[in-house]
Amino acid sequence: MTETTLNAAAGLPEIDERSLGMRIKTQVKHIRYVLTSNPVTLLAFTLFVMIVILGIFGPWIAPYDPLATNASIALQPPSWSHWFGTDQLGRDVLSRVIVATRLDLLISVCAVAISFVAGSVVGSIAGYYGGWFDKISGRFIDTIMAFPLFVLAMGIVAALGNTVENIVYATAIINLPFYARVARAEVNIRRNAGFVQAAKLSGNSDARVLACHIFPNALPPMMVQISLNMGWAILNAAGLSFIGLGVRPPTPEWGIMVAEGANFIVSGEWWMAIFPGAALMLAVFTFNLLGDGLRDIVDPRQRT
Amino acid sequence: MAAPTSRLSTIARRLGQALPALFGVIVVTFLLTRALPGDPAAYFAGPAADAKSIAQIRESLGLDRPLPEQFLLYLKDLARGEMGNSISTGQPVAEELIRRLPASLELTFFALLLSLAIAVPMGVLAATHPGKPIDHICRFIVTAGVSLPTFFTGLALVFVFYYLLGWAPSPLGRLDFAYVSPPTVTGFYVIDALLIGDLETAWAALAQLTLPAITLALFTLAPLARMTRASMLQVLSSEFIRTARAAGLSGATVLGTYAFRNAVLPVITTLGMVFSFTLGANVLVEKVFAWPGIGSYAVEALVVSDYAAVQGFVLSMAVLFVALNLVIDILYTLIDPRIQLDD
Repeated sequence: MTETTLNAAAGLPEIDERSLGMRIKTQVKHIRYVLTSNPVTLLAFTLFVMIVILGIFGPWIAPYDPLATNASIALQPPSWSHWFGTDQLGRDVLSRVIVATRLDLLISVCAVAISFVAGSVVGSIAGYYGGWFDKISGRFIDTIMAFPLFVLAMGIVAALGNTVENIVYATAIINLPFYARVARAEVNIRRNAGFVQAAKLSGNSDARVLACHIFPNALPPMMVQISLNMGWAILNAAGLSFIGLGVRPPTPEWGIMVAEGANFIVSGEWWMAIFPGAALMLAVFTFNLLGDGLRDIVDPRQRT
Repeated sequence: MAAPTSRLSTIARRLGQALPALFGVIVVTFLLTRALPGDPAAYFAGPAADAKSIAQIRESLGLDRPLPEQFLLYLKDLARGEMGNSISTGQPVAEELIRRLPASLELTFFALLLSLAIAVPMGVLAATHPGKPIDHICRFIVTAGVSLPTFFTGLALVFVFYYLLGWAPSPLGRLDFAYVSPPTVTGFYVIDALLIGDLETAWAALAQLTLPAITLALFTLAPLARMTRASMLQVLSSEFIRTARAAGLSGATVLGTYAFRNAVLPVITTLGMVFSFTLGANVLVEKVFAWPGIGSYAVEALVVSDYAAVQGFVLSMAVLFVALNLVIDILYTLIDPRIQLDD
């Protein structure tokens, strides 16, 4: 997925006289170089593919029904038949962790998609036209950033109502400023570039120039932002459900599973909280590593 | 060197800049209260209320008036320090928040100090040994640190240090039941106990504080270490460092006096973002460790849909954050003489 989007994004560089085929070839070569020269990025990419597979096919991969209770095997430590042990109702923790992948991914993908689209539109218009829209949207974004973001998300969910959709909206709103700012900056530096003037002179409308000529060039940094943001979105959503917002038991979700397991950790039943927590950590870690790797591909100068 | 008057006017201007942010925060919190699904009056009246008492509450809350007028009423209430009453306890929200704030602040500040004490030396070491093992360790910790869900690290630490090793006290609140809380001076138990010379209580409070503070510190370590490393690397490659080295100054002088002082400025700017994370993560850590701060108050309120309490919490956190950012900005102005009115 990343390869095609990157190529699409790189398909319209500002000044490039090489043929399309050659450019794609260089890009693929560069991606292969980054993946093989940095084993960490390769590992992250492998993990990413694994998580996506678990997210899509989870319910078929899980060895047991994640909701089936069985009081006779409650609170069993990890064993060969139950790799991650069982919880207080005798449900298989491994199955629940696997099945939860889809919900956690879905929440964060939806949230990030919303903030990407909304942030791009707001940021692009503000960066291209400037003026009153830029001032008002900038003020609005500053106001969001004036809140501790997780706290704002709590407030939004409390106000809109305690449902999974509202978790998505809250996560989307607190991520919006990052996209809007990147989009605004990237569009703004290109609004008077040569290729934009050329496009305007050939009779393209402002909206068309913005959408088809400027915005594609702003995509690479936006892609990096997405992948760095995904991990954070997952953390936020899981944090919200950890404090009892959104997802309701018995639905398997990593945050709520950690919350349920938390009551048992002081008495030594560690597997109920540690495994879903570790899955969550691994997912976030994957997206963060992938984000760093993507940044290396897109902009080698920003390596830290 | 800037004249003191221009320094003062810079600070005054920063104070002025904080006002729109503060106003925006109040507007958003107001809109959040009014955006409650259904009828807010019915919420505030409670489930057992009949139509008449709901109408009465609507009138007393001013909900029957137009929105701008409601906003003015809200501002007036806030100016008097009024945030409404909590449904579940019946207590004024503002009082409860003020009573619980020291617990949260003690945790936050202690965690931040701990995190700075580890992150800054680590960043400096990584920057002075680029490509060496310490640099890779730093990079790994930085990436791992931001990936750790705070509630998960907290639980893992409880399991290892309380259940397995027995080193930490039980993760329940600020002080073990065996101790009496010290008389309130600062509201920070460790400092208060030290003030009356009660070493044993101070030690017990510190023991309770350690695990939650480490949990928070692990989370905030990453951005601070990353920023320290990056800004230190940048400063070390600049001309004045080369000049200082060429002039024969010792490595320690170059690092400490010349490089570090300049590298610390971007780190201070990062502190603002770190505070945003910390105040949010605080909520989760407080829940894990049953820490009686404003975060766990908000979580309890959320569970029973106690909206006045939640909105009071959101507003006070936001105001705290705006204030902290202001302090950081002023600190920055004081430290960096280059910052002038025209920046």
